[in-house]
Amino acid sequence: MKVSKLTYLLVIALVITFAATGCRKRPSNVTEIQGSKAGVRDSGPTGLPPGRIASQEQFPSGEQKPGGGEQSPKWGNPDNYTEDRPALAAHTIRFDFDSAVVKSSEKSNVEAVAAYMKANPKVGLRVEGNCDERGTEEYNRSLGERRALAARELIVASGVEADRVVTVSFGKDKPEASGHDEAAWSINRRDVFVVLVPK
Amino acid sequence: MKIKISLKPILVALGLGVIVGMALADEEILISKDYIPGKEKPVPVSLSGFSGEAEAVIKLDLTVQGFTFTPPETAQYLLSGSANGNLTGRAQDRFNKNMLVNKSYTGASLRRQAHAFVDDFLIAIGRKGIGQTKIAYKAGEGASSEIYIADFDGFGAQAITTEKNIVAAPAWVPRHFALCYGSYRADHPDIYHHDLGTGRLTKLAYYPGSNISPAPSPDGSKVAMVLSKSGAVDLYVADLPDGGNLRQLTKSREDESSPCWSPDGQWICFAGKSNERRALWKVPATGGTPVRIPTSGVSNPSEPDWSPDGQWIVFTSQMGGFEICVVPAAGGTATPLISGEDPSWAPNSRTVVYVQRDRSGGRRLSLLDVPTKQTKDVPRISGINSQPSWAK
Repeated sequence: MKVSKLTYLLVIALVITFAATGCRKRPSNVTEIQGSKAGVRDSGPTGLPPGRIASQEQFPSGEQKPGGGEQSPKWGNPDNYTEDRPALAAHTIRFDFDSAVVKSSEKSNVEAVAAYMKANPKVGLRVEGNCDERGTEEYNRSLGERRALAARELIVASGVEADRVVTVSFGKDKPEASGHDEAAWSINRRDVFVVLVPK
Repeated sequence: MKIKISLKPILVALGLGVIVGMALADEEILISKDYIPGKEKPVPVSLSGFSGEAEAVIKLDLTVQGFTFTPPETAQYLLSGSANGNLTGRAQDRFNKNMLVNKSYTGASLRRQAHAFVDDFLIAIGRKGIGQTKIAYKAGEGASSEIYIADFDGFGAQAITTEKNIVAAPAWVPRHFALCYGSYRADHPDIYHHDLGTGRLTKLAYYPGSNISPAPSPDGSKVAMVLSKSGAVDLYVADLPDGGNLRQLTKSREDESSPCWSPDGQWICFAGKSNERRALWKVPATGGTPVRIPTSGVSNPSEPDWSPDGQWIVFTSQMGGFEICVVPAAGGTATPLISGEDPSWAPNSRTVVYVQRDRSGGRRLSLLDVPTKQTKDVPRISGINSQPSWAK
């Protein structure tokens, strides 16, 4: 968009220049500077940056607060609790490839987890985010964390206190299925819910 | 397209070139580059008199720094010598007959002497040697992974963790004999600073949520990292080695990953998402608005690493498989080089160490000379080696 607007202005400028200077012959002692690159970045055929839509250039920031809010250190020390993994094992949720969106088909599991937390007000909850083996390692670690946070957000939104729910990411380091195909990958893209029982 | 192409001469004819230049000057301008990635011809050298280990070391060092081996009559440089006990090496320019190196080496190991000879040759022709540099990496996977350090060619590998737990993302602290890395040793993804000289281990980030992807600053005084304590995945910076003076650099609900620093310490580059589109970004290390680094021609960039000379960013692009790509640090057209992932620059700003996947699911480290695309594998420890970091 920017380039075409600029071109339009230039055409006008060119017309004005010609109108002002007419077809006067160029004096022979003038050296024409060809393609001086001083200060012009060399990218794209015109030397100008390619046109981009402004909204895609903005890095998202701040306006929307994370739904789950600050994480609490309350459930940070493993000496203070024991893990109950079987309690919510049936409610593990799966994700689409490269996505941290909780699918509508998985919402009933998240609701069941929230209901369990409300029925057991003394326990904490750790949401463990996991990925399939396809992404790069640290990318997956961030993606896994975002999957865990997505579920935490829904659980907190349904009325469970934010300081009872913590997240952790294992990236692709803790696969549930060991294969190297979509059957295994779709199992491994998951959030696991672990109940933390105070000692 | 034709209009676009003719735009520049029109600008110049109107004398607007300077004005446009001024308008663009607030962006980093990096036009001069020493090489075109993947397009340079290797420099022919001849090698005589060496055998066995010394010859293998010299060949590897030269191959991954852009040289190829030819008979003397077609070589630009003539390398010769012997390695009976100690190494003696000579390097001569075949065209002007200048003797560049004529030295004997003693002490340490024959390997070290051979590396030192190649370094001396490179210094003599105005380049920087990498023969005596080190890498760190992760060996194994899942709950049985450890951090190793080794010579850059994989020799002398030594485990520096004995965790029998998940470890991740080792990164050398520049100018220090120390690493930062992630570990789940406390049943939680935390970030540690490990002084290799004293063995002192400092847990520097252990906030609730995940503490991942540490990247020490070029002067070794700070660390950039990814934390989720706020309830979102964001980029932070803190002091080394204790993690004090924590400052939040991004506030998005997306998943930032893999920070790295510009060599002047002014910027932190990272992989981030906006409008469901993955891109490379840079943010001032003291805080500010992130700026996108365009990587035209490739998609889904991650794992950036900024070259020590400031010219390039090497990264992984995911387009079906993984590709190692480079782009000018200011952004522009990206050049895919070779299939692989997680690249890390050598101090010479031309060689990178990266990860190659086998068909069987194993992974190994390889060395790539970016200008010539010449590669050499690094000897592997156990089945899976990954996440290399080159000491600088």
